[in-house]
Amino acid sequence: MKPSPFEYSRPSSLDEALQLLAALGADGKVLAGGQSLVPLLSMRLAAPHHLVDINRLTSLSYVRTSADGVRVGALARHADVERDDSAAQVQPLLRQALRLVAHPTIRNRGTVVGSLAHADPAAEMPAVLALLGGTVRVASSRGTREVAAADFFAGPLESALQPGELAVEAFFPALPPGARTSIVEVARRHGDYALCGVGAVRTGNTARLAFLSVAPTPLVVEVADVADAGELARSVVDPEPDIHASAEYRRHLAGVLAERALRDAA
Amino acid sequence: MNVRLVVNGVPHDVDVPPRRLLSDCLRHDLGLTGTHVGCEHGVCGACTVLLDGQPVRSCLLLAVSVDGQQLTTVEGLADGDELSPVQQAFQDCHGLQCGFCTPGFLTTITAGLRDNPQPSEDEAREMIAGNLCRCTGYQNIVAAVLRAAELGS
Repeated sequence: MKPSPFEYSRPSSLDEALQLLAALGADGKVLAGGQSLVPLLSMRLAAPHHLVDINRLTSLSYVRTSADGVRVGALARHADVERDDSAAQVQPLLRQALRLVAHPTIRNRGTVVGSLAHADPAAEMPAVLALLGGTVRVASSRGTREVAAADFFAGPLESALQPGELAVEAFFPALPPGARTSIVEVARRHGDYALCGVGAVRTGNTARLAFLSVAPTPLVVEVADVADAGELARSVVDPEPDIHASAEYRRHLAGVLAERALRDAA
Repeated sequence: MNVRLVVNGVPHDVDVPPRRLLSDCLRHDLGLTGTHVGCEHGVCGACTVLLDGQPVRSCLLLAVSVDGQQLTTVEGLADGDELSPVQQAFQDCHGLQCGFCTPGFLTTITAGLRDNPQPSEDEAREMIAGNLCRCTGYQNIVAAVLRAAELGS
């Protein structure tokens, strides 16, 4: 339960970080909050050659809210975003979802953008970004690019980030007028990864849902009539069984939770 | 790598490899064995310390990553021989049996009561929801949170 040896750098500017990542290529791995990465290192499920620690890049620890949405810098901790009242006002789903991310102690250190880059299909933040149709700003020594959520999550624990790139900001669009949000999940224990979870943005009798833990990437589904949501959910998900739950149980949960989320967002 | 950690107000300069977990640095390099290591992957909460006042899992941090920052461990809670309100409440309410998880509870609750000095019972439970205890069944720990709030007010 100890990480294998690695090289370590702690750049003090974004430029320095991008130069380092460019030089390291596939040997480099970014360390932000480390709440997912450090356990992977300790269990030796990951053994990167060189860690680039971005915790000194305090210029990236911002949460900026405007009428069009919330911009979250790469070093903003979950707790920073959760506490931000103007962010919660412009996009209430952020705070609703962050309260389901592990425990407060983990949220003090873990970062929202790090959670996106980790691309765990059981995690809340990727589902929220996908549900809202947000974007991730990716920087490298060659410049920056914006990646839509639909293109960002490539597979389980796999994002569109290429060697040498750093996710510097996530953009969560504002809630449209008249819409309401909710996110619900079922987990074995409070704070655990969900067996299944559903986020919802509901406008009248139509809605958009995102499912977590039932597909390799966050699964987003448009619902034309909320009365059909449960049946629709059960028909579109194709979950895998694992030691925590059978595929049938996850499918059942997808239906129940879709109905529950839409009731909450009514 | 040379790292400076200010632990309970005392600066320590240590030379550690980058892969050294903060929990191991505290225990092995600094000899501060009050911080306990349980699951070592962020689930149990036994290793919780305060980093610049905020509770964090020391097993999920690299020592090199917190160079120059302020840490509070369980050793830093008492004022000399006088127990802190949270420690006193644990003694009063029998909030521990084997004591293995206790350092993590004490640090977590110390920060939790600073942010919310008068928690309801539900809020007390939420405050400790990220820490596991195999002995007490939690009832007396919840009672200790509420007692500590009384003692601290």
